[in-house]
Amino acid sequence: MTNIILKKTLTFNLCIRYKRANIIETKTCFHCGLDSSSSKIIYDDKSFCCNGCKTVYEIFSENNLTCYYDLQQAPGATPKEIEGKYNFLDNSKIVENLLEFNDGRTQIVTLYIPHIHCSSCIWILENLNKLHPSIISSIVNFGKKTVRVNYHTEHFSLKDLVKLLSSIGYEPFISLDDYSVGKKNVDRSLIYKLGVAGFAFGNIMFLSFPEYFQVSGFWIEKYAPVFRWLMFAFSLPVFFYSAQDYFISAYKGLRSKILNIDVPIALGAAVLFIRSTAEIVLDIGTGFFDSLSGLIFFLLLGKFFQQKTYSFLSFERDYKSYFPIGITKIDSDNSESSIQVYDIKKGDRLLIRNEELIPVDCILIKGKARIDYSFVTGESEAVSKQSGDKLFAGGKQLNGSIEVDVLKTVEQSYLTQLWSNDVFSKNKEDGFTTLTNAISKRFTYAVLSIALIATTYWMFVDSSKALNVFTAVLIIACPCAIALAAPFTFGNMLRIFGKLKFYAKNASVVEQLAGIDTIIFDKTGTITANKETSITYDGVELSGDEESLLKSTLRNSNHPLSRSLYSLLNENDIVTLDAYEEHIGKGIEAKHDQDSIKIGSAPFVGYTSETATLNTAVHISTNNTYKGRFTFYNKYRKGLSKLFNKLKKDYDLVILSGDNSGEQENLTKLLPAKTKLFFNQKPEDKLEYIKHHQNSGAKVLMIGDGLNDAGALAQSNVGIAVSENVNVFSPACDAIMDAAKFNQLYHFIKASKSAIKIIKWSFLLSLIYNSVGLYFAVTGQLAPVIAAILMPLSSISIVVFTTICTNVLGRQLK
Amino acid sequence: MSVIYILLAISIIVAIVFFIAFIVAVKRGQFDDSYTPSVRMLFEDELIKDKSNKTILTKEE
Repeated sequence: MTNIILKKTLTFNLCIRYKRANIIETKTCFHCGLDSSSSKIIYDDKSFCCNGCKTVYEIFSENNLTCYYDLQQAPGATPKEIEGKYNFLDNSKIVENLLEFNDGRTQIVTLYIPHIHCSSCIWILENLNKLHPSIISSIVNFGKKTVRVNYHTEHFSLKDLVKLLSSIGYEPFISLDDYSVGKKNVDRSLIYKLGVAGFAFGNIMFLSFPEYFQVSGFWIEKYAPVFRWLMFAFSLPVFFYSAQDYFISAYKGLRSKILNIDVPIALGAAVLFIRSTAEIVLDIGTGFFDSLSGLIFFLLLGKFFQQKTYSFLSFERDYKSYFPIGITKIDSDNSESSIQVYDIKKGDRLLIRNEELIPVDCILIKGKARIDYSFVTGESEAVSKQSGDKLFAGGKQLNGSIEVDVLKTVEQSYLTQLWSNDVFSKNKEDGFTTLTNAISKRFTYAVLSIALIATTYWMFVDSSKALNVFTAVLIIACPCAIALAAPFTFGNMLRIFGKLKFYAKNASVVEQLAGIDTIIFDKTGTITANKETSITYDGVELSGDEESLLKSTLRNSNHPLSRSLYSLLNENDIVTLDAYEEHIGKGIEAKHDQDSIKIGSAPFVGYTSETATLNTAVHISTNNTYKGRFTFYNKYRKGLSKLFNKLKKDYDLVILSGDNSGEQENLTKLLPAKTKLFFNQKPEDKLEYIKHHQNSGAKVLMIGDGLNDAGALAQSNVGIAVSENVNVFSPACDAIMDAAKFNQLYHFIKASKSAIKIIKWSFLLSLIYNSVGLYFAVTGQLAPVIAAILMPLSSISIVVFTTICTNVLGRQLK
Repeated sequence: MSVIYILLAISIIVAIVFFIAFIVAVKRGQFDDSYTPSVRMLFEDELIKDKSNKTILTKEE
């Protein structure tokens, strides 16, 4: 009851607060929060930045869903134009593979929606049934950013659903990766195993209490066997189900002649179980079932803790995550149909719409192509292509629709062939000896020799105790605490890094990061900021009239360079142009009153004494006299120079760029002298470079961003993808880093080194516990109750120690 | 005298019932998403508010 009241006041307060905030700030869009001062779109006393946002508001207010705006201020996104984009959802074969459930009348689908970011998003997406009567229910998974929709198919289809979601600003992202994903099973075995072990551990502990207290007499003698056999029954699922991974791993390790940490664990667990069973069968003791189940429970807990995953991130992306599922095919009779990307055959004619990705290598037939290859090659500028030119898969069309003839199928295309390289099928963790395994080798030998020496000693002194001592040593030396130190330390580091927007795939990434000695950077998008460029002007100063003419002319052009130049120029009076003409691939020409202006490449504006520069430049001439040029430079990330200077002491630094060497001079000035710079590197070149250095013993950290770095990221010891928006695109890698945290790289590496130190200290701590335990074991006085106290105690103190240490470390990180 | 057997049986049955409940909960995916339900429970109320406004209007007519 109190809960409900609390709930109401809470939401009520939220509503009031945000409503008030909206009255004060009227200059931002009520729907999406962008600046709306210049748009002058007012509806219902609220200002909007564009008609798209206004339409979404209209939809919501018509359906009584305006509380969307009360939960969070300006939560929306501007809906994008999607005309024709989802035509492939008319193809029933494609739809069938996307659906999770379909019985002809109702369908269930799970869609990934990148925009999900706040409670308003959850609210509106779970109220989709208010927007369309055919939708039965919808459930949001906030962590995964997905919505699972259940709908009737009578007057509704998946395409309608996608359109509806797009119209309210929640456009789903459907890629080739989703294909037939609907039937995927989630692996929950660890949580089951943990549940079984925890359940058995608790019950066995209770059943052991009478014997812990050593009450002797009639009662205990009469009922002890019942309690003992019950404990035995409880320990069966623990030993045979929960602990099976340790036996499998130990067996695999032994077969490949590696004494990994699971060998002494499996040995300890097996000895525990066999000796305990023998004890109760022969009625000579209680056995150590409590220790056995506790041991397995704590170990699994460590595994569970280490298994922290970022459900909203994917570290396994390949080209499939970028590619569309369906594409428009133009048949011989000029009719359009949607086909699945895998069904594209050589010779097919395809229609590529604006902003669509080209899925296969092809030849341009019709239309003006401006292809952005930044995904594939890392080049920052889009290139213009004429009909008859070859286009490669992975490029994005930026300028209207084009028609192309297919040259190769998806699997045979230039970009996708990169994925047939061996590095993508190799598991990085296999070839890597962890700190724990390195210790466990020596540890196992030590334990075995102690056990043998102690047993031999007792053989001569009191042979009845020999077997007892032998098993006791193996039981007490079971390296539970050692096995827990690394998972808890790295697991906690992972969490701390995650809070600081550095998302590592798993715990071993943190360990590997501590060991690297060479750092390789990609240029475009990694050390440069993606969208920002700095522009400088050299030449004769432009008069006020000329500037306003320049700005007015640029306003008409959609060319990316025009757009960025336009946004940079000062506010000027916009004049109406008398004539305007755009020459594709050359430049633009415009006239106003008596003045004419030409903007574009050097030959186009009539500038002949061009000194060869590799940087992108836009030249200006007015009334046929050359004025000057705007040069576009990459803008480097903040703190880049500082970061490199910090890193140069301990690491070899290399820059491998797919771009041309236009920035070489700039980079040499900015970065420490010993940084190696390489330009015009193809994806395979990067991969080979890393492989070459690894063969000569280097431990390489690769930092990249695009698909062109995918091979290098996979080959390197640690591959980090830098991303401006961690929710959107990043190639397969070991860790994803928010671009804003790029300058913190040095501190992240330093923190992982400290984590290694923490683990070494915890090894020492757990060795102390082991020595205490071994004292009881070799002297032949190991009672079950001592084992039952010592084992959890050592485990818990290790967990506490590592947690405190890593948190202290994390506090220093900020 | 042998009441201990009954007590043991009861305690184990209760334990197993809870254990089964846990397994069922995992199987249904209740542990897959630990964040969204915490937000979802705060909603509901707003929708009722909208509906009640409408009924007031019809009464006035």
